[in-house]
Amino acid sequence: MQQIFNFLIRNKNNILFLLLLGLSIFLTIQSHSFHKSKFISSANFVTGGIYKKVNNIKAYFYLEDYNERLLQENNILRNKISNIPDTLFNDTFVDSTVYEGIYEFRTARVINNNYSKIDNYITLDKGRKQNILPEYGVVTSQGIVGIIDNASANYSRVISILNSNSKINAQLKKTNHFGSLVWNGKDPNIVQLVDVPRLAPVKKGDTIITGGRSLIFPRGIPIGSIVNFKLDENGSYFNIDIQLFNDMTNIGHVYVIVNKDKKEIKSLEEDTND
Amino acid sequence: MTNTILSNSIRFVVLLLLQVLLLNHINFLGFINPYLYVLFLILYPFNSSQSLFMILAFLLGLSIDAFEDSGGIHAAACVFIAYIRPVILRFSFGISYDYQTVKLSNTPYGARIGYIVLVVFTHHFLLFMLEMFSFSHILLILKKTFFSTIFTILLVLISLTLFKPKRR
Repeated sequence: MQQIFNFLIRNKNNILFLLLLGLSIFLTIQSHSFHKSKFISSANFVTGGIYKKVNNIKAYFYLEDYNERLLQENNILRNKISNIPDTLFNDTFVDSTVYEGIYEFRTARVINNNYSKIDNYITLDKGRKQNILPEYGVVTSQGIVGIIDNASANYSRVISILNSNSKINAQLKKTNHFGSLVWNGKDPNIVQLVDVPRLAPVKKGDTIITGGRSLIFPRGIPIGSIVNFKLDENGSYFNIDIQLFNDMTNIGHVYVIVNKDKKEIKSLEEDTND
Repeated sequence: MTNTILSNSIRFVVLLLLQVLLLNHINFLGFINPYLYVLFLILYPFNSSQSLFMILAFLLGLSIDAFEDSGGIHAAACVFIAYIRPVILRFSFGISYDYQTVKLSNTPYGARIGYIVLVVFTHHFLLFMLEMFSFSHILLILKKTFFSTIFTILLVLISLTLFKPKRR
């Protein structure tokens, strides 16, 4: 017994080193698997709180830019509204209180944004208290941003599309050929669409939109346009480079998309799987 | 003694906040960020207990990780530096380190630079290796390590000159 204690005391530095190193490697590995890193994250109340305080100051410098974007979005929406025929004088009457859409949008503010690493995350200033939960989609008026993976009481963390763990269903706007949206870690303005069948009519400049095959994003949210494409090694699938519409290095306010039918669809799918 | 504790605690907090609020958002040329918080590991008193040093290094790295959402990569790199710092010190300052009389501000200039370069390079290399987490990106790892190391060393030297202890 005495010898064991002596051994421990003699090697206490080595043991402590191995322990701490093991712990940090464990945390690193955990962060590389989707939906695992809950504990150490920028969405806890200390880190989120500090980011929010600093962002309150920083936001003033971008006010003009944000206003400009809001004006643009309003412009697009107004154009859309004015082109809708006046429904009041039509015979068919839609009761909008009974028949609501299945998607609901909530606004949030970005308080921290990374884009220079391989795995990038974004922190939002709203969380569970404001009914923002994991697996909700996040978009801006110009395009998609990512998916929420971790929510604390007042803050939430988004897996950006600029993250090696992110994989989002996307498709060509013209046809229904779809693939997965991934990122190779090089340019924060260019993402990759892989596994698009070679039959698809891919052309430079074509628009890519979300596919709507997941429960997270509705179909038809713009993502970007094709800048380059080539067949993969087997020659059966396209790898397409996409220029994002969204400037991922400058995101101010975002919309969080809530799919109200998600529970129902999920439980249905689980029932059929059992 | 209390003076040392106080100055190191202040350095810990200031470097942490400076790192996460300012330096992580520089993104010079798209990907180059300095990691000035290594200064804490460089300046920590040479003659104090190594166990405490490792725990503090771990906490510093872990706090940076929490802000950056990077798992445990900073913690791992910091703990490793804390563990091998005596070796680096003996390598750069030679015999005078063994008598525990060394102070960073009155070492020869060449040895001091060598010590800083070794610490910063080892830390950054380990950091980026863990960040990429694969050997297939080895070129990217080396590129990032190289440029960030230069950036960090410049900042470390500047802050050492700015906050030089007063000569009596």
